Amino acid sequence: MNQPFNQADIHKAILEQQKAEGRKKMIINGVLLLLLLAAPFVMYPVFLMKILCFALFAVAFNLLFGFTGLLSFGHAAFLATGGYTTGYLLSNFSGLTTEMGIIAGTALATLLGFAFALLSIRRQGIYFAMVTLALAQLVFFFFVQSSFTGGEDGMHGIPRGELFGLISLENNLNMYYFVLAVFIACYLLVQRIVSSPYGQVLKSIKQNEPRAVSLGYNVHRYKILAFVISAALAGLAGSMKSVVFQLASLNDAHWHMSGEVILMTLVGGMGTLLGPVIGATFVVNLEYQLSQGPLRDWVDPILGGVFVLTVLAFRSGIVGEIQKFFRKNMG
Amino acid sequence: MSMIFGVPLAVLAGQLLIGVINGAFYALLSLGLAVIFGLLKIINFAHGAMYMLGAMATVILFDTLGVNYWVALFLAPLLVGAVGVLIEYFLLRRIAGQDHIYSLLLTFGTALLIQGVLTNIYGVSGLRYSMPDLFKGGMNLGFMFLPYYRAWVIVMALVVCFGTWFMIEKTKLGAYLRAGTEDSQLMQGFGINVPLLISLTYGFGIMLAAFAGVLAAPIYSVTPVMGSHILITVFAVVVIGGMGSIGGAIITGILMGVIEGLTKTFYPPASTAVIFLVMVVVLMFRPAGLFGKEA
Repeated sequence: MNQPFNQADIHKAILEQQKAEGRKKMIINGVLLLLLLAAPFVMYPVFLMKILCFALFAVAFNLLFGFTGLLSFGHAAFLATGGYTTGYLLSNFSGLTTEMGIIAGTALATLLGFAFALLSIRRQGIYFAMVTLALAQLVFFFFVQSSFTGGEDGMHGIPRGELFGLISLENNLNMYYFVLAVFIACYLLVQRIVSSPYGQVLKSIKQNEPRAVSLGYNVHRYKILAFVISAALAGLAGSMKSVVFQLASLNDAHWHMSGEVILMTLVGGMGTLLGPVIGATFVVNLEYQLSQGPLRDWVDPILGGVFVLTVLAFRSGIVGEIQKFFRKNMG
Repeated sequence: MSMIFGVPLAVLAGQLLIGVINGAFYALLSLGLAVIFGLLKIINFAHGAMYMLGAMATVILFDTLGVNYWVALFLAPLLVGAVGVLIEYFLLRRIAGQDHIYSLLLTFGTALLIQGVLTNIYGVSGLRYSMPDLFKGGMNLGFMFLPYYRAWVIVMALVVCFGTWFMIEKTKLGAYLRAGTEDSQLMQGFGINVPLLISLTYGFGIMLAAFAGVLAAPIYSVTPVMGSHILITVFAVVVIGGMGSIGGAIITGILMGVIEGLTKTFYPPASTAVIFLVMVVVLMFRPAGLFGKEA
């Protein structure tokens, strides 16, 4: 009789495989980090910062959509709340250092996220999407009618100020490395969340909510927490964006923005860590390239077309399709 | 002049009338959403775009071919309904087995595409459509002035809403539809062409939206973005009413229009937001919606 595989051997083999995958991941992440560090010397830093801010926005959204299975159609509200709050504080209180303004913006977006979550979490699936969309519209109306936002004109000339009162952010390179540091910190945080036991519960909720309930998890609390974290990171993205561009406008609060972040996540690959980053890079670049060419008036319909195509043909997104390809061809 | 709560009666009545009319549009649109939801289990994010297409088609048909209002009242919903059937056949059907979220996103993308293309061609400033001569003017009811066209909109909306309710609840075709909502596989087993039924249902829901668009053309500004504004409000109305019943969708729609009109009279700044505020309150105390049946 053949000796069946020994338990310890299997365990060892799995560990080896995990180690190998971990090494592969570290190499990929290391190369990406080097590229990001060197990028502002090759490309325009403000453009790179735009990508990073939207990438953070998409990473935040993906935590909720890709990992928890909740489709929020109202994430623009958090982006705008972060942006307007930070912009208002930095413009009106010169004693505040930049990071204080950003923290305050993030905090307010977090609170708003908690309110949204309490109201919307009792509805599921498409109802959840409609409720979040309607709540975000309420926030949009608030910003339209408030005088501090500058209405249709937007909030201009937000001072970038000094980080910790020491480092001038007027300098684009300083600003870039600050944004990059915040982005990487958040990315690692999300990576940590997703691989933690908490993240595993989120995934189980996405796959089969009744089962998660029957296993004794308080699903509502898990979902609310995921929503709040997602809103907080989206608010942080908005806060940083308003500092980078020294501008906060109604565009950020519009439902169009909520749709755009869905597109970024979907194109890149929902439920993957790197997907939203790639997706944001793709969409921001596409918009920029189109706006420079003869198709500059066709940005919206083209984005709509990309949306339709992605849903029809590449539901796994760029990163998801690449993963599938490797899995198929490398066993 | 008689006053009610410090507001002249005529002003109040006028705002109420506008409220009822807006409510009629909310009712028509949420009715279409409910019909589509019943069988396809998706929320049609392209509904606003279809409403817009109905209005745009009315104007364009008149400008290019001289098609008058009465013909457009039938022709525009048919044309737009055909577009809906094509969308269902070529797009939605391909991802029928997938998570419903994907169909929702697909309709959203389609709406962006349609709205974007039309914005490029016609701009956002709005097309002009003149009222049919028959409806010019109005009558004095003593306490208020009632323009003929507004009365027509209310009557037509009620007729169509009631007709739809009747068809779904009382006819054989409606029975098929309701049966399909319960268990479409079993229906297929009984020899009913379910895919065809789904196509037609989607097309019919879209026709309701386009019909609302035709009614709207003479009184609202016709622009490629007119649909997205109203759609979000209609979503709030749907959340308030719940998707439980066809009748519920109609009642909630009109009720919300009236509440909006009253708010415009007594506290104008809140009028754009009031429906959303009602939604928040309903979510707090009756999360399934006023007529909702889900747990």
